[in-house]
Amino acid sequence: MIEIEAITKRYGDTTVVDDVSMTIAPHTITVIVGTSGSGKTTLMRMINRLVEPSEGTIRIDGADNHAIPGHELRRRIGYAIQGHGLFPHRTVAQNIATVPTLLGWERRRIDAKVEELLSLFQLDAAAFGPRYPHELSGGQQQRVGVARALAAEPNILLMDEPFGALDPVIRAKAQDDLLAIQRHFGTTIVLVTHDMEEAFHLADKIAVMDKGKIVQYAAPEEMLVNPATDFVETLIGAGERPFRLLSVGTTGEAAEAGTADGEPLAADASQRDALSALLWSGRDALPVVGADGEPIGRVTLAGLARRAARPQ
Amino acid sequence: MTLRIDKLGVVIAALLAYGAFVAPFANFRANRIVPGEARTILEALPSGLGAALLVFVAVSLVVIVLKTPTLLRLVLGLAATLALALLIGLSARYLTPPENTYARVAPASGFWLTSFAFVLLTADALTRLRLSPYARIALLAAVAAAAAGLLLSGAWDGLSILKEYASRADTFWLEASRHVVLALGSLAAAALFGLPIGILCHRVEALRAGVLNVLNIIQTIPSIALFGLLIAPLGWIAVHVPGASAIGIRGIGAAPAFVALFLYSLLPVVANTVVGLAGVPRDANEAARGIGMTDRQRLFGVELPLAFPVILTGIRIVLVQNIGLATIAALIGGGGFGVFVFQGIGQTAMDLVLLGAVPTVALAFAAAVVLDAATELSNSKPGRAA
Amino acid sequence: MRRFLPNLLRLATLAVLVVFLFRPELFEPLLKPLVQANAPAIYNQGSLLSLTLSHLATVFAATLAATIVAVGLAILVTRPIGAEFLPLSRSLVNIGQTFPPVAVLALAVPAVGFGEKPTLIALFLYGLLPIFENAMTGLSTLPPAIVEAARGTGMTGWQRLTKVELPLALPVVLAGIRLSVTISLATATIGSTVAAKTLGEVIIAGLQSNNLAFVLQGGLVVAVLAVLIYDAFSALERVLARRAGRG
Repeated sequence: MIEIEAITKRYGDTTVVDDVSMTIAPHTITVIVGTSGSGKTTLMRMINRLVEPSEGTIRIDGADNHAIPGHELRRRIGYAIQGHGLFPHRTVAQNIATVPTLLGWERRRIDAKVEELLSLFQLDAAAFGPRYPHELSGGQQQRVGVARALAAEPNILLMDEPFGALDPVIRAKAQDDLLAIQRHFGTTIVLVTHDMEEAFHLADKIAVMDKGKIVQYAAPEEMLVNPATDFVETLIGAGERPFRLLSVGTTGEAAEAGTADGEPLAADASQRDALSALLWSGRDALPVVGADGEPIGRVTLAGLARRAARPQ
Repeated sequence: MTLRIDKLGVVIAALLAYGAFVAPFANFRANRIVPGEARTILEALPSGLGAALLVFVAVSLVVIVLKTPTLLRLVLGLAATLALALLIGLSARYLTPPENTYARVAPASGFWLTSFAFVLLTADALTRLRLSPYARIALLAAVAAAAAGLLLSGAWDGLSILKEYASRADTFWLEASRHVVLALGSLAAAALFGLPIGILCHRVEALRAGVLNVLNIIQTIPSIALFGLLIAPLGWIAVHVPGASAIGIRGIGAAPAFVALFLYSLLPVVANTVVGLAGVPRDANEAARGIGMTDRQRLFGVELPLAFPVILTGIRIVLVQNIGLATIAALIGGGGFGVFVFQGIGQTAMDLVLLGAVPTVALAFAAAVVLDAATELSNSKPGRAA
Repeated sequence: MRRFLPNLLRLATLAVLVVFLFRPELFEPLLKPLVQANAPAIYNQGSLLSLTLSHLATVFAATLAATIVAVGLAILVTRPIGAEFLPLSRSLVNIGQTFPPVAVLALAVPAVGFGEKPTLIALFLYGLLPIFENAMTGLSTLPPAIVEAARGTGMTGWQRLTKVELPLALPVVLAGIRLSVTISLATATIGSTVAAKTLGEVIIAGLQSNNLAFVLQGGLVVAVLAVLIYDAFSALERVLARRAGRG
């Protein structure tokens, strides 16, 4: 649990973060969105004290984050940034081992952790471990960046536009990987982005920042239904609302009893993907299958249309 | 108002305090070559003046250590440097016994340290003020004028270095002109040959690596050796080529020095021309070709003007380097300020060394300031550079 | 083959240099045509080998001291605590480079007298500049994402410096040292005008006795040393730069 209390950051006369309070529940993904200059990155960087606040406190699991020196705090909190920030003079394995080495883990434990993380990110440990970052593709570098952030098994992972430098295809894959990883470790993730699509895809809760203040902090559906201000509404994009609503639910949730012909949809795909498949195939309904491949029902155009309508 | 400490000021103040209160201000010698005796500020200046200088230094220390307005620091730095320059001349007259022409008074470490501290203060203030190129040149001119004024007014005549000058006034200006001719002449020759070679290297890729490698290797030959090696071929030319000796080509003297400086100068000119031309944006070149410019028009209308700032940087390197290297010419009878440096070393007369070294450094410094300003100007308006 | 040939050339040059230094008399026939009938063609007022070694030792000592001081200063001015010194250091470096090495040498003599000392001081002072400038550039132009990541992983200031910043800046620092060594190797010869034991002795003896062979052998030994050391540094930089992902 991260409790942010009345935190303020000023640089000279400019207030970048203005009296922000919010509580981030454990094992959730919280996405902070906003235009550039809204203070979203500064807010996040105050959690691991890369930026020191002017006023206010932040508590992590009940303890003030000023109780220990900044560098020790940062070793307990994972941190991944845009353009990955891998150390170019160290191999992939050495990069991932950075924080465990700083913490003085035993060699064997470090090696095991590196191997575990590489395979979790679908990278062959024997092949990729000894390579240098510049020998990897952009998507691979990004995965190693996240693996490094997770190496010391932190409860909290902070991510600053982690997928910003990736092309759309790789980005979608990276987002899905992140969701899987989060489920695997139960990590509390705080992610900063300006991409609303990404926010709705990943977030349990979204915090919208504008001019240093949080204007709305709510679950995605709630935000769609009741945008707190015109700014939030603009940010969401009026034309995108039904699709955003569908993108936060899974096909499994929308499944109705019955059968249908055609290429089956996975239950954990988003409803938006389901709608897309329906429209493209020209059918009114498609079958839905669970993770085990067993059919669990079907989705229909009419059913999705009801779900995409403004909730009453 | 809160008083804040300026970190850099603390370092400058420490230098200043040591220079003024601990180290000797002037050095007195009964004649030219005996070891000197140290004199502190209070001993080196008439009583009231020495005390006044110490009080002035004490006040300056406060101004320097605290965060004070940049302009105040600049004015203090310049005023103090000028005052020190006047006082050291005064000290020389004060310390020299009347009618004694053998005694020598030279600035000692304390004078150099205090001056250095104030020059640092000035330099820091100037850096913070980010002066425009014109302002920097104007300031250089003002400093040069002040130095010339001090020299002409006779304020420094009591100093040992000027006594050395007084006994060599004629040769000094002769060697000075030789020095400048060597440095500037070899630069002109290097520009004349280096630019076309650079353009050729840019156009013909096959030549590039080879030419640059050869020029690089020339740079590694020690200057005194290169000067020496050129004696024989030039001597041969002087004897065997009709008319060569008539235009001043000889085995020893200025000719080998000139050729050596020319050879050293080629690398920076050629390399910077190549780099400058390679840095011309593709778009500009494509556009020039697209509107139907010939190769020649493209070179003079687009490529050279755009590469000019980089070429100018090469010229700056060459000029500063040549002013320094021209000192070596004295070793093979080529003249220049090096004559005094090496004579001084030979006679262990350090004032004579300074008579050669100080003008060399001043010339090199002035050249660097002027060419840096020119480079900045050509960078800020590349369109007018050519 | 393209890589092989230059290396073979270097090796051959080194071999010739070593043979020349240990058995200079073998080269006498080559140098004989350059001197008058009864003048010696091989330097005979001292051992070429010991002069070369003391030449190298002088350059090495001065460069080592210059490297320690220059890198230390560069580290200081690129830390937040020394940030106030950065602008002035930059302009001092710029001004310092206008000081001709000969003038530095000449000015050092009044301060410390004749012998090795003024040469060491001149080489040290002049060597500081390129190393300091490069170290400063290397340390202040690191990719921001990497510096940020180093902080984010919880490295202390010292760990960031030693594990990330210095290793990444190393190729650039080495380029500065290479420049400094090349200049120093040539400048050290002038040190012999103030009685330092360097290969300059050979050249100056040649100039004084009008012996072209002396001038040539002194100059060539220095030039070959400079070229070989320059190449060695360049190769080392390339390896490091490739490892640092900048190659």
